[in-house]
Amino acid sequence: MNAPPKAIAGASTFVDDRIGAGNFLKRNLRKIFPDHWSFLLGEIALYSFIILLLTGTFLTFWFKPSMGEVTYTGNYAPLYGVKMSEAYASALHISFDVRGGLLIRQIHHWAALLFVAGMMVHMLRVFFTGAYRKPRELNWIIGILLLTLALLEGLTGYSLPDDLLSGAGLRITEGVILSVPIVGTYIAFFLFGGEYPGHDVISRFYTIHILLIPGILLALISAHMILMWVQKHTQMPGKDRTEKNVVGAPFYPAFMIKAGSFFLFTFGVIALLGTFAQINPIWLFGPYTPADISAGSQPDFYMGFLEGALRVMPAWEINFLGHTVALSVLIPALVPLGIIMTGLALYPFLEQWITGDRREHHIADRPRNNPHRTSIGIAGITFYGVLWLLGANDEISANFHISLYTTTWFGRIAVFVGPAIAYWVTYRICIGLQRKDAEVLAHGVESGVIKRLPNGQYIEVHVPPAEDIAEHIRGKKEIPILEGAEDAEGIPPKGARGPLGRLRAKMSRAYGTDHVPLPDGHHEEVHEAEHAGVGAGDRKELH
Amino acid sequence: MTEQNEYPESSRVPTRVIGTPPADAPIVDTDPVRAPEGVPGVIPQDPVKARRAERLVALLFLITFLAGAAFIASYVIFQVGTIDKTATSNYALGGTLALALLSLAVGLTIWVRRIMPKYSLVQERHEMRSDDDTREYVKETFLQGAEESGFLKHRLLRRTLLLAAAPLGLAPLVLLKDLGPLPGTALRHTVWGEPTKDGKPRRLVVEGTGQPIRAADFNSPGGILSVVPEGYEEDLNALAKATLILIKFRPEELKSGTNLNWTYDGIVAYSKICTHVGCPAALYEQTTHHILCPCHQSTFDAADGAKVVFGPAARPLPQLPIGIDEEGYLVAKSDFKVPVGPSFWERGDAEAEAREKAS
Ligand code: HEM
Ligand code: FES
Repeated sequence: MNAPPKAIAGASTFVDDRIGAGNFLKRNLRKIFPDHWSFLLGEIALYSFIILLLTGTFLTFWFKPSMGEVTYTGNYAPLYGVKMSEAYASALHISFDVRGGLLIRQIHHWAALLFVAGMMVHMLRVFFTGAYRKPRELNWIIGILLLTLALLEGLTGYSLPDDLLSGAGLRITEGVILSVPIVGTYIAFFLFGGEYPGHDVISRFYTIHILLIPGILLALISAHMILMWVQKHTQMPGKDRTEKNVVGAPFYPAFMIKAGSFFLFTFGVIALLGTFAQINPIWLFGPYTPADISAGSQPDFYMGFLEGALRVMPAWEINFLGHTVALSVLIPALVPLGIIMTGLALYPFLEQWITGDRREHHIADRPRNNPHRTSIGIAGITFYGVLWLLGANDEISANFHISLYTTTWFGRIAVFVGPAIAYWVTYRICIGLQRKDAEVLAHGVESGVIKRLPNGQYIEVHVPPAEDIAEHIRGKKEIPILEGAEDAEGIPPKGARGPLGRLRAKMSRAYGTDHVPLPDGHHEEVHEAEHAGVGAGDRKELH
Repeated sequence: MTEQNEYPESSRVPTRVIGTPPADAPIVDTDPVRAPEGVPGVIPQDPVKARRAERLVALLFLITFLAGAAFIASYVIFQVGTIDKTATSNYALGGTLALALLSLAVGLTIWVRRIMPKYSLVQERHEMRSDDDTREYVKETFLQGAEESGFLKHRLLRRTLLLAAAPLGLAPLVLLKDLGPLPGTALRHTVWGEPTKDGKPRRLVVEGTGQPIRAADFNSPGGILSVVPEGYEEDLNALAKATLILIKFRPEELKSGTNLNWTYDGIVAYSKICTHVGCPAALYEQTTHHILCPCHQSTFDAADGAKVVFGPAARPLPQLPIGIDEEGYLVAKSDFKVPVGPSFWERGDAEAEAREKAS
């Protein structure tokens, strides 16, 4: 092809004459995107969000966010003649009277789950590879805002159909709001337009769910993408990859089509789930009434850890001077979420404070190479995971025939002990993996060839590792350590004075000390000398 | 940005077969010596294999076309309505949609992996910060602008501007006030305390059927009913606080926690609204007399004033004083003596206050 087709040439000339788009395209058409499976995780979240926008808009065409009472006369026979809210009736209408309505409803719900799950694993990969480090702290903070908003978005969406299950979630929300000291009662009355459940909350949640939060999400996701575009991707360590370059495929044409196909994959899988995996069958639950509840009801997975926290909490409550602080509600509702979100938000800055590392980082860490960070992450996951499991302790108790109270007690202990154990185990594993890496560089990999030496000894011949693997391993970076030593006059440097300074210096040493330094570049000669005359490949004694 | 990764004009791409890396080999593994000369980082595919891949991709695109057409056909053919019809329509629409999307996705993937070249292009990165000259320029411009605007020099202007902004900033918050009424003492009362039209005590009626309950008929020990106030059977606001759980005991089963004056013939009424965060505490175990809230498993001993025996709820379920009217139907003798449901800031130790008042 010598010239672009007329249609494209004409249109692009038109646009370029008016806004000079050519300059932008010149810089960006061949922008390089590095390749790694874990970079797709964020994309899952992104595409799920797009699917949510599309399916959500479809649903708004029929959904009626009203708590006004109607008598159901639609197609779903078991509920014929039952009094219910207009919201519930319209959700039933979408499910049974609109062609494709049930499908879109289920796709919307599955996409919501995938959206949150995608964000969570994406965030974990950013955390464990240290991709949040300078200059990407802003995108990290945006990400945390996105995750928090997504949880709120899920909560408001879940409440809209006004079935018995969603009402239970709403009731718990109200109870939690009531527990907030001083202003809780007022917030509850303002949110519900008076006493619970009132007649306003569905229409208010509707506005929040379809306008307010999606608008903010859209703005933040755009900012997230722009920053990612400007700062370029991190890349995994490897051959020819440095802090100063990006190695990969160009946006046009390769990445563009890859991204398109990944969007279709995401959509296709969600469509499969929406078709064959029933989700939130609201018609089985019946309309909401505060007097009833279906036993064994479960919230969406991302609310599970809050549910679990509420379940394990002992019954603490303080009364003083005619006021009540319901710690048994307040602590589980705020503390775990607070620890996790605040901890995540502060982590890049705490790490910088401890390591004194102000450099830019574009090569992603392998999790093993920063064992303390990785252990903190796994401890956090364990903390979250224990609470999450506890959110289903009634199911666990029923399925495994363990007493309900035993599971609760187990949870109360495990929520503290579990993370500590996880920390220790992860740390050991990281160090072990680092040893293995050092081993591979120093002695090569087992070739499977056994050799008999003249003196009768058997050895396995080791060959040097493949170049890309070796480069991947050599990508390990040392973690800077603050200068904590005292100078000649016995005065510690500025940052390490006072108790806080000393703690900082100590943590810095613990965080940064490399217990398994990789053999340096010269190891080959050293090694060769040790085993001189034993043949081509490196080798090791057979144990 | 660099231009070093220019895509070569396709005519110049050498079409070599021998020694080209297999399609699925990792890019970095490619021996650079064997890559086609003059085009570092862009490794074309074997044209023969590419043509084979093209046929496969075309087949997949065709499947997408057919599945898309089938989707539209399903919309026309399968009507909804009954559960079965809806299910069929759902499977037909969803199945064809998923097939269309997935087969298109697979097609595009094969296109990228088997027909497009492999890339290992390199692009330079630059530090994010601007250079010192730029920073200096921006700083000076900022200061100059601040100076020119007069914001610094004119103190009155600055202060009155801040003053002017304050009420405007508050206005949106003020506007939100009418979102709801103030709580007042609403959470302290339930409709059990409201006078009835004819001035008689309010009857307890069975949830769902609305039947009043004759004490003499509710006579098998261990029996349990979910109960709502007569006249408010469908008022959700009322039910959210006033729903009861009614249990019949043998007299000797009741312990000191239960106020016997508020029972009638071994029949006790507790608030069904869990004191934790308000779920209906709907499960009852006859043998242990335990009321279990399904939400977070707070467990209350119904024989002993519904005191908490396990779980996160901090207070017993409040007991409602009940008796019978002249026709023998169960009625509320008064409202609850303490607020029902979850704790809230203004609640205080209502139980202690109630005890004080009683003694
Ligand atoms: C609405 C939800 C989100 C969407 C749609 C989204 C999307 C993406 C995408 C597509 C990328 C590039 C691919 C990748 O690195 O995986 C990215 C990069 C990034 N995301 Fe997100 N993300 C979301 C949430 C989050 C969250 C929850 C965090 C962390 C708290 C986060 C932090 C980051 C960071 C720091 C980068 C840059 C990393 C790099 O360049 O390698 N994002 N995001
Ligand atoms: S609402 Fe009853 S235990 Fe939480």
